[in-house]
Amino acid sequence: MSILYCNCTYAKVVPVEVKRDVLRRLSDSGRAFDAVADLCDMSARKDPALKKIAEGGCTQIAACYPRAVKWLFHAAGTPLPDAGVTVLNMREDSADDVVKELLA
Amino acid sequence: MSRTEGKNLRVVLYEGPGSTPLADDDRFAALAALLDNGFEVTRPVAGQHVAPADDAPVLVLGLLDPLDTPPEVAPGQEVHFRNLADGDLLEAARAVREATGARKLEAWKPWFPVIDYDRCTNCMQCLTFCLFDVYGVDKQQQITVQNQDNCKTDCPACSRVCPEVAILFPKYGKGPINGDVVRAEDIQREAMKVDISTLLGGDLYGALRSRQKDARKRFSTERDESKALLERKRCLGKLKKDLDIPDEVLMTLPSAEDIEERAARARAKLAKRQAISQTVKDTRPAPSETEWGI
Ligand code: SF4
Ligand code: SF4
Repeated sequence: MSILYCNCTYAKVVPVEVKRDVLRRLSDSGRAFDAVADLCDMSARKDPALKKIAEGGCTQIAACYPRAVKWLFHAAGTPLPDAGVTVLNMREDSADDVVKELLA
Repeated sequence: MSRTEGKNLRVVLYEGPGSTPLADDDRFAALAALLDNGFEVTRPVAGQHVAPADDAPVLVLGLLDPLDTPPEVAPGQEVHFRNLADGDLLEAARAVREATGARKLEAWKPWFPVIDYDRCTNCMQCLTFCLFDVYGVDKQQQITVQNQDNCKTDCPACSRVCPEVAILFPKYGKGPINGDVVRAEDIQREAMKVDISTLLGGDLYGALRSRQKDARKRFSTERDESKALLERKRCLGKLKKDLDIPDEVLMTLPSAEDIEERAARARAKLAKRQAISQTVKDTRPAPSETEWGI
């Protein structure tokens, strides 16, 4: 199982207190993870790093709406596997809820 | 280089053997600063998974033991090591980014349409609507986003004309355009927006063309420039409100002639596409007598 955190750096659509709280707890958790500055930016650039994430067995993604994340990966030509990936929504859910799922 | 090209530098925040683990506050501060400055960061932990290496350059940052020899890396992998004890972490990361030619943080908002193919019916309305050639068709004649760089920041107008609510702008403020689940009332609301634009004169091009014609007529009959300009402003204001088009995009709309040309090109593209699908139909073997039921 691996974890991906999206910082949504290029636009402030994810509440800053939620993303910071999630990052802090992830950082303190002793768990391994990958963090990207902005998945939207990576999708726009068709960044090959998305391929390694999609194919590397990433199972938990903390970002925003699952529909957006799914089609952002698809748009980059590196679709996520159909099953086994959970996208947690920092735009809508509380940091507590996201972290509970993320570190479960 | 276009704003959508270039590899990122991957920073590995290392706390394993040959280094001193970071204090919790320092690790969090480093992570936040690196991400805010556009870097990708990996925090590896022995025995746990992270994304595998690719051919992007890597910078290993940590409180590295100066007497320790750096670990061996795979041949062909570009890896740099910097000791956090030696100075500012962002300065070190920026210097390596510069040296490796990796992409810098740019002041841009990644704004482009993303198609939800679970919903899209390939009706091509977005292709005919967009004035900036953002959409195209792929080899399978499926709608695709082909010129993301052409998309106008903060303009979600094409998502408003999509009858299936299949176009997302993940950085948009409101759902369902931002990727939130599509509810029945959203489909109705989006359909209403299309109707409003239809009322404006068939489509955006039509609306602008007819308003421009009206404005010209007024110039010639009334010679009242300010009145005509006011009318144009009113029309653009309505479009802006109905389709949520930002001022900057309205200001950069092409001339009436450009719009005509663009509409003709889109019509030709569509006709070609229809001709191809017709040819496919025509080359199917003729149905047998039994199939005709005779
Ligand atoms: S995927 Fe969502 S959270 Fe990540 S950058 Fe895009 S809008 Fe922001
Ligand atoms: S308007 Fe919507 S449904 Fe039609 S082709 Fe474009 S994305 Fe697909």
